[in-house]
Amino acid sequence: MGSWKVRWGINRMEYKVAPGLYGIGEPGEDSPVLVTANYKMTFDRLRKELSGVNAWVLVINTRGINVWCSAGKGTFNATEIARVIAMTNLSWVVSHRTLVLPQLSAVGVAAHRLLKISGFRVIYGPVRACDLPKFLGAGMKASPQMRRVNFGFADRLVLIPIELVRVIKIVIAAYLVIFILNLLKIWSVSYLATLPYLGAVVAGCVLTPALLPWIPGRSFAWKGWLLGLLWSTAVILYSFPAVPSGWTKALVYLLILPALSSYLAVNFTGSSTFTSLSGVKRELKVALPAAIISAGLGVVLLFLNQFVL
Amino acid sequence: MKYLKNVVTLDLDEEKCTGCGICAEVCPHQVFKIINKKAAIQDRDSCMECGACAINCPFSAISVAAGAGCAQAIIKGKLGKGEICC
Repeated sequence: MGSWKVRWGINRMEYKVAPGLYGIGEPGEDSPVLVTANYKMTFDRLRKELSGVNAWVLVINTRGINVWCSAGKGTFNATEIARVIAMTNLSWVVSHRTLVLPQLSAVGVAAHRLLKISGFRVIYGPVRACDLPKFLGAGMKASPQMRRVNFGFADRLVLIPIELVRVIKIVIAAYLVIFILNLLKIWSVSYLATLPYLGAVVAGCVLTPALLPWIPGRSFAWKGWLLGLLWSTAVILYSFPAVPSGWTKALVYLLILPALSSYLAVNFTGSSTFTSLSGVKRELKVALPAAIISAGLGVVLLFLNQFVL
Repeated sequence: MKYLKNVVTLDLDEEKCTGCGICAEVCPHQVFKIINKKAAIQDRDSCMECGACAINCPFSAISVAAGAGCAQAIIKGKLGKGEICC
């Protein structure tokens, strides 16, 4: 329940665990020490996967952010781990000098530096907590499968709400504006006429992430644009006979809808697990101006069609 | 799934490499392979520039302009809105 709420952005930044040393099962001085972030979803997942294992869990302060993102931002680092080791007197609790770190924390932790400042040797564990029992059982050896980051259908689906919530707020605001324009009789807009735009939002925000590997091409902006184009074609084919000024309206759709989907799709790069900074920069260089120009022309044409022609 | 071709900034100095293998261990996309006791880049286009290999290399043999491949962060950065988190 808690994790469902967090995915939809409800109190996402207040989902924390207090840093410190926690025991799972009945750990002793020989039990392994697993280091993790203090995001409650991370901690709960780890605890669940370790049921039946005796281990220590060292929770460091990452300000409630998950392992990969906090390591990327630098809060999951060697200095912080050393601080919590000292704070919890870990050297007195366990007789060995080995820490198991989640593999994805490696972005922020220099293992050789942590050894120097804390005396603890780092072993990088698997990417996913669910592989931990197997990893520990195999004498702390991770298989290549455990080291690989996947981005399957289910992985992508759970990340869709994050972006959707952000966009829904803007959509609601847009409908409020339309409602007021209608109410004051400034510009009457039928709600039916907004459906093509809503569809473009769904194409960029939901369909592109869900269908990512099956849409041709590599750039996210391109994939989103392609789905937006498919959607606008469908809209045009469906609504053509009913629209009096057919061609202009069709052009408006072709200029605005794919651009909108493209922009929303490129925002999913932040949720993906395989896009590089250089790559996103390169695609934005083209995609962003293209989307702005295309949508801008479309809006100008829409107004001309409405008020001038 | 593969991202754009020939775009990443990853670089490996084989002179400095001792073949310890930590880079291959921490890489989430199996970019490195240890061949004849030296690290080799076997799948450059899969690199996501997370920087785990570079920070963990005890001999500073790897360089990469690390960062998050996140469009929103880049756009907000350009607009001067400072940092956002994922």
